[in-house]
Amino acid sequence: MTSTATDVSTKIALYRTQYELRLFEQRAYDLFLENLVKGTSHLGLGQEAIAAGVAAAMKQGDWTFATYRGHNHTLARGAGMTPVLAELLGRANGLMAGKGGSMHLTSVEHGMMGSYAIIGAHLPIACGAAWSAKYRGTDQVSVAFFGDGTTNIGAFHEALNFAVVWQLPVIFVCENNLWMEYTRTTEVTAVPNPAADRALAYGLESIIVDGNDADAVFEVASAAIARARAGQGPSMIEAKTYRHGGHSRADPGKYRPDEEVKEWLAKDPIVRYRARLIELGVPLEQIEAIEAEALAKVDTATEEAKAGATPGEDLLMKDVWADGGSAWRN
Amino acid sequence: MAQLTYREAIARGIAQEMRRDESVVFLGEDVAAAGGVFKGTVGLLEEFGPQRVRDTPISEQAILGAAMGAAMTGLRPIAEIMFADFFAVCWDIVANEIAKSRYMTNGQMSFPLVIRSGNGGGLRFGAQHSQDVSNWAMMIPGLKVVAPSNALDVIGLMAASIRDDDPVIFLESKGLYASKTEVPDTDVVDTLGSAKVLRHGGDATIVSLGMMVPRALAAAEELAGHGIDCTVLDVRSLVPLDTQTILREVSATGRLFTVEENPRLCGWGAELSSIVTEEVFYDLDGPSVRITTPHIPLPAADALEDMALPSVERIVTTIEKSMNS
Ligand SMILES: Cc1ncc(C[n+]2csc(CCOP(=O)(O)OP(=O)(O)O)c2C)c(N)n1
Repeated sequence: MTSTATDVSTKIALYRTQYELRLFEQRAYDLFLENLVKGTSHLGLGQEAIAAGVAAAMKQGDWTFATYRGHNHTLARGAGMTPVLAELLGRANGLMAGKGGSMHLTSVEHGMMGSYAIIGAHLPIACGAAWSAKYRGTDQVSVAFFGDGTTNIGAFHEALNFAVVWQLPVIFVCENNLWMEYTRTTEVTAVPNPAADRALAYGLESIIVDGNDADAVFEVASAAIARARAGQGPSMIEAKTYRHGGHSRADPGKYRPDEEVKEWLAKDPIVRYRARLIELGVPLEQIEAIEAEALAKVDTATEEAKAGATPGEDLLMKDVWADGGSAWRN
Repeated sequence: MAQLTYREAIARGIAQEMRRDESVVFLGEDVAAAGGVFKGTVGLLEEFGPQRVRDTPISEQAILGAAMGAAMTGLRPIAEIMFADFFAVCWDIVANEIAKSRYMTNGQMSFPLVIRSGNGGGLRFGAQHSQDVSNWAMMIPGLKVVAPSNALDVIGLMAASIRDDDPVIFLESKGLYASKTEVPDTDVVDTLGSAKVLRHGGDATIVSLGMMVPRALAAAEELAGHGIDCTVLDVRSLVPLDTQTILREVSATGRLFTVEENPRLCGWGAELSSIVTEEVFYDLDGPSVRITTPHIPLPAADALEDMALPSVERIVTTIEKSMNS
């Protein structure tokens, strides 16, 4: 895939998104080490080009379904940094007022229809949203992001078959970062391209793309989304990438060979993209300004999140049911 | 008025709601062209067409995932899980996704959907096609659980479940599919969370659900002949639970007997006994007694299945013994 098709303003926007995601995740990691992010968090460091490239190809009204590794996707759809960070910190000004946490980021107003922490579960759910769009005659599409390890669970296979049989406007995006948690996916997978090879067998349009190239991702995502909108059915995009850090929390990722880590760090999507912008003649000052703005944004979000109140007891028993309450008896 | 079978009432209830609301859609295995393995959905495809009544692959996670995704984006899907035992292959979607997502997202999403399923025993299908899973469903925060005992309630509670903005597990007693009830020709809409008093008696209160309701009623008739006059309640809805009616009727007689199809442990009667003990203990004249299927997988042979499920005879002898001791 060449990267010539996207115009310069799209490229600049893609750089901004990727850079913001990078700084956000780095900050989230720092705050985790400060014990301000409780529980767990799964960072998307190194995988920013996929979230940015696909989100840029989506329209308002389209739906994103992500995993526990969903900070990038939530922000890329336009959710604010402060509510996302505050959610990680368990504060009342969090995206879900602290009731979901890092693994369940959701912002319906931005089309971010949830982050799901049970492997594979959201693939059939994304199909359901796509079915609803088709039934209601809108041109909305669903996009489901997931990892390479997810391709071995039943829900993945059920969803692919279902999406093809019902010709649903859904795009499956596998972020193949080579590793499950601590096991190399190819060691436990029957085929070399865990998502793309299976997708072919189910009759999906199947695309392999360099997941560290936001332009390439943007292009294949745009094409897949256009096909879905035109009623031509589902696609699978397998984006080859790498997570820079460990699986979650403070995992140093030591199970990965140094050579492999080095090789992939050299393909850092953001470093590459910055070089591309310079090559295209985007002035350095403009790039630096974007970077400074991103840092200021993350700093502000950090302050606002830290200043957020502790969620109150009033939230505890709320919103089990649509009437806002939790009563199971009279 | 006409006599309708419990089985016919299912299609009747669904059709009633599909006529008034375009957002109601229905999916499941063999439900459309074939009209369901129990013939509960015959005629729906013909009336509402293939966009609204859809056959699916044998993919329970896909079926319920699709229902969830459709519900969160504005439809009111009804999904069928052919046999309730099959919930075991898709509990993740039910228990982790559908039930928790409203709470986790701080109320950003609603899941107005119904999962209907052929539940329980009586058809000699053996352990993997006969379990009453009401206790599986009831213990999950975020799910409503309904189990009608007759054709009229099937229609009314189906309508209420479809109109409800929360996910409802709708458990149809397979053993009652052939039973008949008088139902009006007009639309029927009931209320979730309302128990029904089916018989008044002063000596003891029998609380029952689903396929156990006709057995509880038959037992009460027999007990009346032995001088024990029982109130019989149909719980109808486990979540929400109409504790007001139940506690009132238990207090009135001073005795609680539950008749439950589920295997013993953690059945709804255990929760009820605990509520009764906590809240109306001083109105009781004797212990709460649970009559359940023993804690075993349900056997297939008719003779064995009949021994396992609470029978009219077991209900009568258990109550008699307890009342006379
Ligand atoms: C059903 C289920 N099994 C196991 C887990 C535990 N788990 C969480 S993440 C993960 C690895 C997933 O790997 P992959 O799909 O490649 O995604 P990545 O974490 O690399 O983004 C596992 C096993 C889970 N959350 N759900």
